[in-house]
Parts: sequence; structure tokens; C-alpha cells
Amino acid sequence: MHNGILYLAGQSLKELMLPVIGSELIVNLIMTLICIVILFLLVATSALVFTLGERKVCAWIQVRIGPNRVGPWGLLQSTADMLKLLTKEDIIPHGIDRWLWVLSPILIFIPAAMVYALFPFDDGVIFADVNIGLFLLIAISSQSVLPFLMGGYASNSKYAMLGGMRTVAQMLSYEIPMVIALMGIVMITGSLKMSAIVEAQSEVWFIFLQPIAFFIFLVTALVESNRPPFNMVEGESEIIAGPFTEYTGMRWALFFLAEFANLLSIGILTTTLFLGGWQGPDFLPTQLWFWIKAFLMVIVYQWIGWTFPRTRMDTILSFGWKVLLPLALVNLLLTGFGIYIFRWLL
Amino acid sequence: MEIVDIVPPELKNNVIVTSVDALFKWGRANSIWPLSSGLACCSIEMMCAAASRFDLSRFGYEVFRSCPRQSDLLIVAGTLTWKMTPPLIRLYEEMPNPKYVIAMGNCNIGGGPFADSYSVVTGLDQIMPVDVYLPGCPPRPEALIDAMLKLKKRIQHPEAAQGSEERMNASREKLADMTRRAE
Repeated sequence: MHNGILYLAGQSLKELMLPVIGSELIVNLIMTLICIVILFLLVATSALVFTLGERKVCAWIQVRIGPNRVGPWGLLQSTADMLKLLTKEDIIPHGIDRWLWVLSPILIFIPAAMVYALFPFDDGVIFADVNIGLFLLIAISSQSVLPFLMGGYASNSKYAMLGGMRTVAQMLSYEIPMVIALMGIVMITGSLKMSAIVEAQSEVWFIFLQPIAFFIFLVTALVESNRPPFNMVEGESEIIAGPFTEYTGMRWALFFLAEFANLLSIGILTTTLFLGGWQGPDFLPTQLWFWIKAFLMVIVYQWIGWTFPRTRMDTILSFGWKVLLPLALVNLLLTGFGIYIFRWLL
Repeated sequence: MEIVDIVPPELKNNVIVTSVDALFKWGRANSIWPLSSGLACCSIEMMCAAASRFDLSRFGYEVFRSCPRQSDLLIVAGTLTWKMTPPLIRLYEEMPNPKYVIAMGNCNIGGGPFADSYSVVTGLDQIMPVDVYLPGCPPRPEALIDAMLKLKKRIQHPEAAQGSEERMNASREKLADMTRRAE
């Protein structure tokens, strides 16, 4: 029933292993472990690729060249950065809440990596295709608020504390319009299952059925992942580096890793929910369509980020509560009417 | 401190650390993140160096971090007065090792036009170890890029910068002495 390249590869690997190992349970267990390793590799490499990509895109938008001396086309730039961050001195300041401070960069990485289990990468290729997929995804990704506040509180610094409180304010208030906007998709699909949402777009993508929801999602996804026009969390000119102020070397790099994992995951999420997921015309394999769309969306998010100046904190909050939330409710109402009229016409 | 120095002397003949050391040196030399701090007119040239005409980012040095905890290089750009030294020393001490300093502009080499003033520090090496001296009033952005490439050479080939170690150690002692007196 499924015919994606990744799915077929997984199936043939299973068939190869089955006669050697014998037990189907152990084969499934091994396949699960392989999937987990692949997902973690994907998250880790996305951070390496997107640090360079971000700097290149930023350079092109500002009419510069960007990194091009370290390795061919600057490809080894992020490797050099990682090597340097690994060897930096690990400063643990006095007066911090030690356990919270140490745990915060580790905990922030968990929700960022965990949401990858719920993305349909290809036909039949989804690590956990649960029937409340979208709900679970939003529930997991909203957990990333807490480590920011933990890090900000534990650092025992004014700027870190302010940054942590800003995170809570903006992420929690933008969660609501995002969820209400995505309700429109759930109403049309009739399911929260991620694979069902992709299959419902086989004829027409949800970006055409739900343009208002797409706009709301575009803005809220930027806020949720702290991308530049809304990166109040580390507003350099105001609060130094927000919750990351006291972190050095690899501890800070973990925050960075989570940020770029989030960037790819909002790209994938936009693709899955609005751009038809892995589906596309037949001349290219479905897997390729998925990555083309996801990377295009990542570039769009970077483009928005490097074009607009950073907004003010009160503007973000009033825009979220006074514009996006009513707009999302109107979208919900319109979708309801639309579905009713559509059924009546049939 | 170099990676080689961590090896105990009795193991020096048995343990080879040179390739890893070279790798880390390469990493450090190619990813110098400056602290975005400026004191006077030299900082305008520093900003220009990162902008589109000169483009410091080609070498991977454009990541101006606003937090000393995540930066490697302190570019002291502009006239340094005695009143500004305690905050500057504090910024320097907040940076994690290995850290580097560029004394940008004539003021930081010998006081420049303010050499006779009562309030200006005549020479940055009186208060902190300096890696690269960059003359000019102010130096052009190309000169700053050249200084950063000199620093890169210094990180990758410390033996090429002969004699500077003693100068740096002398400044380090002076810095420690000053902090002791401040406390």
C-alpha cells in the first residue's frame, strides 16, 4: 500500500534481517533503534548545515558573500565553530542554581528532537503515527518553554531572568492562535493523525483551503521558534543574550543546536500541514519532494528573519492577542460554514 | 594553555597529541568570534569591517556576540580612558579561555593624540595582554581584517610569534597585580 523509497528500503532491510535473526520481535526492536539513531543524526546534522546556511542566506540578503575561506565554499565553517566551542573553557558562575542551570541546555534539546518522531517524512515513513499526532506534537513542542525559564532563573542574572520571562510571555500567548488556526485543518481532515492530514491533501493543498490559517501559522511558528523578527528571547541590544547569557562553550552550543532543530522542524511542519507533505507530481520521488518543500520553507523563514527588524515586546504581545487570536477564531467560524455549505451543495 | 602543556612531563615521550592539537588550533583559528564592544571612533571602522563592502564573514569572523561568555576576541576599538578600564577588564575576565585581544588604533598602542592626557591609558598592554597591535587613526576595515588574519596565524603557529610570550606574561602579571589592588 505504501510505495515511498524510504518505506521500501526499510521493508527490504527487515526482510534481510528476518531469516538471520529469526524472531520478528527482535527485528522490530532493531528497526526502532535504527530509526531513533537516524532521527538523532538528522537533528544533529541539520544544526551543522543550517548554521552555515543561515550565515550564507544572511550574507546574500545583506549583499555580502558569506563564509567562503574555510574549506570549499566555506563548507567546513560550522565544523571549525563546533571544534572551537568544544575546547572553550567551561565557566560555571558563582551563585547559580546549579542543577537547574546544568539541566536546562539538555532539557531544551529533548522536545526539539522528540517532535521529529511525529513527522511523516515519506509515504508510510513516520516513527510514531499516533491518532492524536498533531495534538501530541503541539504538546511536546510547548514543553520547550520551561528550560528557557529554568536557564534564565538559575543563571542568577538580571538579563537572563528577563529573557526567561519574555520566553514564557511570547511562547505561551502565541500557542493559542496557533492551535486555533490548526483546528481548521483538523476540521477539514476529521483526524489529528499526521499521515491522515497529509493524505487529505492529495487533491488540494491546505494552503489554498486555509490561507488565513497559513498566515497565522507562519507568524506563530516564527515566534515559537524564536526566529529573528521575534527573537525577543535573546534581544542582543537589550538583554545581552537572554537566558543564554551565562552559558559558555558546549552548553551554549546545545541551545544553538535546539534552535536550528526547531528551524528545520517548523519548515517540515509547514510542509506537512499546508504544502501537501511528501506528495507531488510523479516526475520526482516523493522523498525528494518532501525535502525540497521543507528546505524552501526554511529559506522563506530565514528570508523573513533577515529582512524585518526586531519587533518590540509589547507589540508582539498585543499583535498576538488582539489581531491573531480574533483572526484565528474568524478562520474557525469560516471553516465551519465552509464545510457546512460544501456538504449541503453535495 | 596549549593542549600539549596538559600532558605530564614524564609522559611527553610516549603520548602524541600533536594532530588533535593541530585540529583544535585549526578550529580556533578559523572561528574567532569577537565581542561586540566599541569605545570610540575605531568601533565605527570595526562595524564597517562586518558590513557588505569589506565582509569579515568570508573568513568566518562575523559572529559578533554581545555576551563575553560566548566570545573569543576582545577588539579594544577606540580611546581607552582610565575610567573605562574596570568595565573593560571585567569584560576580559568574563571571557572563557582561550581568549585574544586586539589593540585597535594608535590610542591603544601609545595613547595616540592623547598621549599627554591625564585620563587616557597610554598603551593597552599596561592593563591586559595584547595579541595583535593594529596601528592607524583609525585603521581602515581592511587593516582590521589583516589584524584578524595575523591573529589566525598566531593561533595556528604560536612559534612564529617569537618573543611576544614574555611581553604577554609581563602584562598578565600586571593585570593580576591590578585586580589584587582593586580588591
